[in-house]
Amino acid sequence: MNANRLFTIACALLALAGCERPPVVAVQHGYRGTGMVEIYNPRLLADQAALNAVPPPQPPASPDGPRASQVFKNVKVLGDQSVGEFTRTMAAMTQWVAPKQGCTYCHNPQDFAADTVYTKVVARRMLEMTRHVNADWQSHVGNTGVTCYTCHRGNNIPAATWFSAVPQDPHSLVGNRAGQNAPAMSVGYTSLPNDPFSLFLSDSKEIRVAGTTALQSGNRQSIKQTEATYGLMMHISRSLGVNCTYCHSSPAFANWTQSTPQRVTAWYGIRMARDLNDEFLIPLTPTFPALRLGPTGDVAKVNCASCHQGAFKPLYGQSMLKDYPALMGSAAAPQAASAALGAPAPTPPASSLQASAR
Amino acid sequence: MAEYQNLFTRVQVSAPSVGNITIGRDDQERLRDTTHWHWLGKIGDAQIGPIYLGWLGVASLICGFTWFEIVGLNMWASVNWDPVQFVRQLPWLALEPPPPSYGLHIPPLNEGGWWLLGGFFLTTSVLLWCARMYRRARALGMGTHVAWAFLSAIWLMLVLGFIRPLLMGSWGEAVPFGIFPHLDWTAAFSLRYGNLFYNPFHMLSIAFLYGSALLFAMHGATILAVSRFGGEREIEQIVDRGTASERAALFWRWTMGFNATMESIHRWAWWFAVLCPLTGGIGILLTGTVVDNWYLWSVKHHVAPAYPTVFGTVVDPSLPVLKALPSTAAPTTPEPAPAAATPVVPAATPDPVVAPAPQNGASQ
Repeated sequence: MNANRLFTIACALLALAGCERPPVVAVQHGYRGTGMVEIYNPRLLADQAALNAVPPPQPPASPDGPRASQVFKNVKVLGDQSVGEFTRTMAAMTQWVAPKQGCTYCHNPQDFAADTVYTKVVARRMLEMTRHVNADWQSHVGNTGVTCYTCHRGNNIPAATWFSAVPQDPHSLVGNRAGQNAPAMSVGYTSLPNDPFSLFLSDSKEIRVAGTTALQSGNRQSIKQTEATYGLMMHISRSLGVNCTYCHSSPAFANWTQSTPQRVTAWYGIRMARDLNDEFLIPLTPTFPALRLGPTGDVAKVNCASCHQGAFKPLYGQSMLKDYPALMGSAAAPQAASAALGAPAPTPPASSLQASAR
Repeated sequence: MAEYQNLFTRVQVSAPSVGNITIGRDDQERLRDTTHWHWLGKIGDAQIGPIYLGWLGVASLICGFTWFEIVGLNMWASVNWDPVQFVRQLPWLALEPPPPSYGLHIPPLNEGGWWLLGGFFLTTSVLLWCARMYRRARALGMGTHVAWAFLSAIWLMLVLGFIRPLLMGSWGEAVPFGIFPHLDWTAAFSLRYGNLFYNPFHMLSIAFLYGSALLFAMHGATILAVSRFGGEREIEQIVDRGTASERAALFWRWTMGFNATMESIHRWAWWFAVLCPLTGGIGILLTGTVVDNWYLWSVKHHVAPAYPTVFGTVVDPSLPVLKALPSTAAPTTPEPAPAAATPVVPAATPDPVVAPAPQNGASQ
């Protein structure tokens, strides 16, 4: 009898082993009774908060005095900054991206102006990218903006990036996984297609699958396409630490008028990630040494997790950009490449964030 | 007799194997190859065997085994024949139907051909098993209710894996063989067709599913409750009925004014169980072929309730009207706070109550 009881308890514990330890806090997010609820675990949230603490800003520098381009050689992006602001920004970048290696992670110690170290070429392009995001993608980042730290967090390479999936042997006769059916973190450990990034965050395959008419009227989107979309959504959910209902209305996921405003922000976010991958990261492929490239020889690219890292807003919405004017960029920057992307001009449906700040 | 009031049978009669009623021939068949297992007696009859396979049973098992091997070996191959990874990843592994690009053409083996073969053998296996149930029932002079009930389940399986893909013109519409993959397929199916919960046949199917559970609970409880009067011994009751059945019937007339009979309760249970996959199959068959979005269908037919808008005006950002009217297009619901000025969550003390950006009117 005792052995039976022990066995029962062991079975119960085993069955619960995959569960998250309580407490669970449910926060209502929409109309009552519609299941529009966000689920949080304060204990895990506390861990998350520690990871999202913002480092103290560099001491302010004078905006006056000679420009960086007048004093330093080969300054292509930040030339219009004062020498003080320029040096301060460089110090911040070192702290954010290469705190262990210091200046020489990017600079040739004999000649700081030389472009001989590949990381310097990459860093310059990343500066342009940051300014592009802050100037042209306010539809997604608002006035909070991004800095190098948003993704890098003290790492040379941001913790969350993606490479294209390695295709299976096309000559094999058995065992085709069809790009899915693996316990992949990228899609929240579901069996969904685990490289939705190549399809949607680099290529611009159709994400929308649901029918727009009650009766069948020629919508040929397949269940397999739906699974790919669903995989992307699982990635977003996991990257932001939110449920489906953070953006979608529980009765009708596809319906926009019932959606939360966050879905609009996410819509721009998908297009922003695609823009950054196609215009900034993929063109840098030849710049990187082979050891930095993925298994198919592609460059590390961004997805939602690169910035969000488990938070519904990166760094829980704390702006670091306000302390770094050199990263704000201007809409007229020659690198503003979004126009070529077929992405709609990103500014119009600005959030009220923007309205209140401008 | 009180011993019978437990979940498990606590008293077992140890007796020689029985062949039950004679049908006048091959009685020897009923008594050979039998054995007894005490632990089986805890949940049912301790006697095991004789099992009758016949050619239908043998053919069914061969087909079923072939399906099992096609699926299992493909899964194992998908982890490069690593036995440890096969076990660890098993819930995720699957044999996928062909990509939609093949339509209804025969694809190469590794592009869904194995899936078609597997599906063929599984279908053959269950149909043969169903035929075997029909024939065994006939051999005993029984009705064929079990076979027809099984056919109802086969109907749903064939709608999902054969009939609906055929009507949609693509094998890719079918369900993969796999544990998590078939569940994710189900969720994707609902997402693609605008929420399957608004499908009235899905509603019916759920009603019959839960109804089956309710009827089973009522019937099981009733018989157990009168087992102290021998109510579970139906055979004896047929020839010499005690008071158990009367008590059971009166109990339900007292509590709900009506009682099913000893016969009709099984008719209720059979129809509820059979209608569950039957209606479900109709619902799946109509999805994509006739109805493309069940939510919109439900709005059209006044099934879906309208909820108050609590998020202000949210407009599809891909609509061209946005570019023309940028000022009206902005979501009007205020964000919790300008993030640049006050972080939504103070870094040190995350408060889950403010974390998800509570909206105006969210708690009406």
